[in-house]
Amino acid sequence: MIFLYIWAGPHHLHYTALPDWAQTLGMVFSVMLWMPSWGGMINGIMTLSGAWDKLRTDPVLRFLVTSVAFYGMSTFEGPVMSIKPVNALSHYTDWTIGHVHSGALGWVAFVSFGAMYYLFPRLWGREGLHSLRLVAVHYWIATIGIVLYITAMWVSGIMQGLMWRSYDELGFLQYSFAETVDAMHPFYVIRALGGLCFLVGALVMVLNLWRTVRGPASAARPALEAAE
Amino acid sequence: MISHARIEKNVILMLVLTLLTVSIGGLVEIVPLFTIESTIEKVEGVRPYSPLEQMGRNIYIREGCYTCHSQMIRPFRDEVERYGHYSLAAESMYDHPFQWGSKRTGPDLARVGGKYSNEWQAVHLVDPRGVVPESVMPPYGFLARRALRAADIAEHLKTLRKVGVPYTDEMIANAAADLAAQAAPDADVAGLLARYPKAATGDFDGDPERLTEMDALIAYLQMLGRLVDFSAAPAGGIRQ
Repeated sequence: MIFLYIWAGPHHLHYTALPDWAQTLGMVFSVMLWMPSWGGMINGIMTLSGAWDKLRTDPVLRFLVTSVAFYGMSTFEGPVMSIKPVNALSHYTDWTIGHVHSGALGWVAFVSFGAMYYLFPRLWGREGLHSLRLVAVHYWIATIGIVLYITAMWVSGIMQGLMWRSYDELGFLQYSFAETVDAMHPFYVIRALGGLCFLVGALVMVLNLWRTVRGPASAARPALEAAE
Repeated sequence: MISHARIEKNVILMLVLTLLTVSIGGLVEIVPLFTIESTIEKVEGVRPYSPLEQMGRNIYIREGCYTCHSQMIRPFRDEVERYGHYSLAAESMYDHPFQWGSKRTGPDLARVGGKYSNEWQAVHLVDPRGVVPESVMPPYGFLARRALRAADIAEHLKTLRKVGVPYTDEMIANAAADLAAQAAPDADVAGLLARYPKAATGDFDGDPERLTEMDALIAYLQMLGRLVDFSAAPAGGIRQ
């Protein structure tokens, strides 16, 4: 994974003045990344084989599994976007921003949330989390937020890319740049709404973890001590 | 063979092996570009930035303009018609760091020089929506109120010379004078233009009395993409 990733950088510089061979090499290695990242994703998902029913009762596990699912989705999208003709449309637009956020919010943030929900009761020696219902609330607000955010970015990015290259029947550019900015306005409102949902969810988590730490200690599970 | 458990439990070993793993790809892709002098085709007209343009460029970077504006036109029909001739590597060879950018929340600026008057640029920076109603750009009127601080301009050029920008001794000796002359309406700019051909001169921000950050920024914007003369390019040369 590390070996392949370091080669992939030029996929952000397609069709620029970067030498062509470096662009093509970056594309080839980005497409090759499909293999190890989906290997990791499938391995993570299949770990739940035979235990899928736990998703119904354990919202913390739901965070972790959803993060692997988002990982699979954004690492599928990434190699697609690294292919030069696709990149010709996506580069410089919000599509890239949407792609990054499906990774940053869906994968990295969700796996971090899940890990924190798992670790806090153990580190502070508590019986369990203050409220599992609040975890479920966090999960749904955050998931809806991410979906709003990334779909708004997909639509505005692909729309703007298509508007930039659109010609009228007389062979002139159909839209001025300012018109494409204007067309993106509603999607920026949806994006802000999605981001707000995600933030509210994170605040619910802070409250939950705070109440967990302040709650009564568990006799059965003492706080972890440093190993000798 | 080293077992995976051993690698994971030994930080130093993991660090060394990781470094080896990443350096292979890094070396293959980066080392050939060290021969940048021969990689970039020489193009007539490209020159180092004048002292005022360089200061304007610093303000461009300080204000984060590159987060919303690219300076890299790709060789597509719509981009060439919208912005001008596609960008050449040589046109950013004296950029430290380069300003290609990766997002166009605003339009590409690689060839914005000369497209609008100084007055338009000044009005637009003060109130973007006053001239482009759909714009989402923040206002930058404060630049016209801040005096340009460039006491160390000669040292600045010397530093750039260290990383490969061919500033001559003459350019460095005249740095402060050139900086002042470029934005002064009645100054003798013959020396400046000999050193930095095609530099835009005169008052930029509408206030000839003061040398402001806006003067520097507009001087920079007005030279972007104008150094290379594409009218001399062969017919059809812009299609790749």
